[in-house]
Amino acid sequence: MLELSLNILDIAQNSVKAGAKLIAVAVEVNTASDTLTVLINDDGCGMTHEQLEKVTDPFFTTRDTRSVGLGVPFFKDAAESTGGSFNIASAPGAGTKVSAVFGLSHIDRVPLGDMNATVEMLVFYNTHIDFLYRYKVDGAEFTLDTREIKELLEGAPIDAPEVKDFISEFLKENSMEVNKGRIF
Amino acid sequence: MKSLAELKAIKEKMQGQVGVRSNDHAGTRVVVGMATCGIAAGARPVLQVISQLVQEKNIADVSVSQTGCIGLCQYEPIVEVYNKDGEKVTYINMNEQKAREVVDRHLIRGQVATEYLVGNMNN
Repeated sequence: MLELSLNILDIAQNSVKAGAKLIAVAVEVNTASDTLTVLINDDGCGMTHEQLEKVTDPFFTTRDTRSVGLGVPFFKDAAESTGGSFNIASAPGAGTKVSAVFGLSHIDRVPLGDMNATVEMLVFYNTHIDFLYRYKVDGAEFTLDTREIKELLEGAPIDAPEVKDFISEFLKENSMEVNKGRIF
Repeated sequence: MKSLAELKAIKEKMQGQVGVRSNDHAGTRVVVGMATCGIAAGARPVLQVISQLVQEKNIADVSVSQTGCIGLCQYEPIVEVYNKDGEKVTYINMNEQKAREVVDRHLIRGQVATEYLVGNMNN
């Protein structure tokens, strides 16, 4: 993957398929500890111990359109090749928690890329699911919580053009403020 | 920081125009494959540009959605277009530029961009 934001989109799609009602995605940049941390938590169906053991194996997948599943192995490799770590915890009925820590300044770290596009894609094309997105750079952070948005909309669709434009602007402005124009 | 406060005003403005735009029973369905294979090949900007253009150009009766792996990973990004009778054509190896063309030629003018179809992959 050319951007970490694409890995994150891909991993979050697994949560969508797991029937999650709430998917929390967090990106935390810490320049002092030189780390970039990605957390993806869902309340979906979860995985059995057996599935969990195989999930980082590229030749394991739950789908039947093809016999390889590269999403999780790609993400794990992207983290571990920067001196970072990868962890996935899950149990049937208890959702899944994925965490990956990257070496921020490591030469092999893939750029974060267009995280806002990933969040928009998730929010606009899975309107039945709620998303909690948190972006944090050192001391500054902002969150986008679709539960709050839906409450304010009182039944109006979250994927209506006016609302989409607003959410895009919200993400753009606030992420610029949080990262002060720096690209990670 | 931008707050969510503006949403209230947006919502009230929208309520004045309910019924103008109802895409629930769209005639044409555009589906973009968004599994690992699609995402890695560049499906995110393809889906973005299609939905942007459909919105900007106010193309009536078209809905845009995403799906998982279509099974032709080597030809991703893949865009399927279903007409109102449910007949499907499959565009392969899409990119932003080709997606713009498909919107312009197929969704607006109703002419299938045959050179990008899966049946023409060797040409």
